[in-house]
Amino acid sequence: MSYLDNILFAVLLVLGGGYFAGNVKKLIRNIKLGQDVNRTDNPSERWKNMAMIALGQSKMVRRPVAGFLHILVYLGFIIINIEVLEIVIDGLFGTHRVFSFMGGFYSFLIASFEVLALLVIVAVVTFWMRRNVVRLKRFVHGDLNGWPRNDANYILYFETVLMCLFLFMNAADLHLQTLGAPGYESIGSSAFPISQNIAPMFNGMSESLVHLLEKGTWWLHIAGILVFLNYLYFSKHLHILLAFPNTYFANLKPQGQFDNLESVTNEVKLMMDPNADPFAAPAPDADAVHTKFGASDVQDLNWVQLLNAYTCTECGRCTSSCPANQTGKKLSPRKIMMDTRDRLEEVGRNIDSNKGVFVPDGKSLLNDYITPEELWACTSCNACVEECPVNISPLSIIMDMRRYLVMEQSAAPTELNAMMTNIENNGAPWQYNQMDRLNWKDEQ
Amino acid sequence: MSANLVVPTMAEMMAQGKQPDVLFWVGCSGSFDDRAKKITKAFVKLLNQANVSFAVLGTEESCTGDPAKRAGNEFLFQMQAMTNIEVMNAYEIKKIVTACPHCFNTIKNEYPELGGKYEVVHHTEFLKSLLDEGRLTIEGGKFKGKRITFHDPCYLGRANNVYEAPRDLIQKLDAELVEMKRSKKNGLCCGAGGAQMFKEPEKGDKDINVERTEDALETQPDIIAAGCPFCNTMLTDGIKFKEKEGSIKVMDVAELIANAQDL
Ligand code: SF4
Ligand code: SF4
Repeated sequence: MSYLDNILFAVLLVLGGGYFAGNVKKLIRNIKLGQDVNRTDNPSERWKNMAMIALGQSKMVRRPVAGFLHILVYLGFIIINIEVLEIVIDGLFGTHRVFSFMGGFYSFLIASFEVLALLVIVAVVTFWMRRNVVRLKRFVHGDLNGWPRNDANYILYFETVLMCLFLFMNAADLHLQTLGAPGYESIGSSAFPISQNIAPMFNGMSESLVHLLEKGTWWLHIAGILVFLNYLYFSKHLHILLAFPNTYFANLKPQGQFDNLESVTNEVKLMMDPNADPFAAPAPDADAVHTKFGASDVQDLNWVQLLNAYTCTECGRCTSSCPANQTGKKLSPRKIMMDTRDRLEEVGRNIDSNKGVFVPDGKSLLNDYITPEELWACTSCNACVEECPVNISPLSIIMDMRRYLVMEQSAAPTELNAMMTNIENNGAPWQYNQMDRLNWKDEQ
Repeated sequence: MSANLVVPTMAEMMAQGKQPDVLFWVGCSGSFDDRAKKITKAFVKLLNQANVSFAVLGTEESCTGDPAKRAGNEFLFQMQAMTNIEVMNAYEIKKIVTACPHCFNTIKNEYPELGGKYEVVHHTEFLKSLLDEGRLTIEGGKFKGKRITFHDPCYLGRANNVYEAPRDLIQKLDAELVEMKRSKKNGLCCGAGGAQMFKEPEKGDKDINVERTEDALETQPDIIAAGCPFCNTMLTDGIKFKEKEGSIKVMDVAELIANAQDL
């Protein structure tokens, strides 16, 4: 009978872990819908980026207030995981504070968790204020209407509740320790710098009630963690996991260097080769299927761009630094990322409900989510790429979609068509004769 | 004065059996735009003064393809790139200097994969190296004590991490270099990049160049310095829009240095 708790706990753990694993599998499958791109070169540089940017949060602190608070929450998250490990062992084996044999060091650990928990609450409350009271511009932006705005707040509520449960649980535990309740050996109030201030509220309660509260908060705490884990997949909070692979696989080349489409290179070489026979039939193996130039839907993007979309934290730093957005144009690089993720999820659901194959649904990322007007407003300035705390490139998606508009649909704005015609005919974007290129030399 | 300009072409050099140390890539703007031509000439004067062995391609130069690429026309870009590479490889070019960050970025980063491998430097970097080698001297002259703010071109700064060379040069003028609130990595675009130069902007509340000009005006400058012919145009338009063209000048770093010495 006394094993009931342990069995229940194991079931909870398996259910929580299993559902999460299922979603991770789906996530990986969706990301793999993207085109291949090689991002395995230069591993040392990549590890360094990951260590600096994801682990070390080096780009977060460029906005000091948010950066500092974020580091608190992040440290709290990492360190309290040690506590979670203890909870899991206690839960599975029916022990209580299994790590307490470490003595003074254990007290120190618990004490530091408590301090962090309090700091996390402070940070989270500040975050909430920034979104809902101060209403910073990038958080009241229309991109976030609906689910994204609620999602952001839910995460904050979740974290507050989890931290409160943790402190409350410790307070009840401390109370029982002072009472000398069986099974609650004293580890000293120095381990509970924060919760010892909560503990007096239990004075006068019956021991069995406090015991119940201690157990209850313990269960709620771990159940909450499991629910939160599974919430990740549906939330921008997924970045706590994906920030790591995302910074590892991020582009290492200079920001100004755009890729040269290889399929185009081959055709251009053929066109320029004086020995090529223009009337020769194409080699039978060449392009049996016409490769699409550029991207109109998520499957045309590469897997790193799709990983980017899942990693985006919707923080809006990109949008707030985008010159087009700042001057009131429709473009928002954050929205480009959110649209890409939304469409990818839609494609994923389509595949799920059609036995593993995608059935065309008459929709695409282009037009149904992202309009040409947004795409044409981009100056390719790379401010969004520079700003992104997790090394996402909204610009690369914008460029691939422009390529589709121009090369597949010939749908560039008229003035750009004129510019391109000029380059083709005169070797300059303006209507000047190439023979006049050196005229400046003799002009006054 | 322009009679003094010595501008050999690669073809002429080759006819004389000579190989210059560096190719000056003038770019479309520097070749055709009336304002940018002045930058080109100022830079040539400095090259002449420092006795740099250089040449231009002249009528053999063609658009790098940058605006086509940023507009999404990869075909046209690669046609341009390969044609240019063919010409430059035939002349066995090793080193290229250009006053246009867009040409700089494209030739430096995007040409190598297509067979065009050169050492490419921006003219501010080149001038800085001439200065370091003692081949060029810079005196403050008429810019002494003037407030000068530098606008980072996106394709020079963020795109390629060149931030210091232009600033070092400006400081050599004994001028007061004042930074805008958004500078270096956080610099704001002038609004011309990504082929925007060649079209009307999308609808919005404001034009980007006006927003950027406001950043510059906040520093109460005497001169706004730029290192890109497109930025130059955008900021000059911004200054006109703000009706400040009487009191504030927009100048390229090369022009500042050439003017300081009355070249
Ligand atoms: S690259 Fe485009 S989307 Fe990104 S900040 Fe610049 S204009 Fe905005
Ligand atoms: S792309 Fe980066 S900067 Fe932009 S909202 Fe997403 S995480 Fe933030």
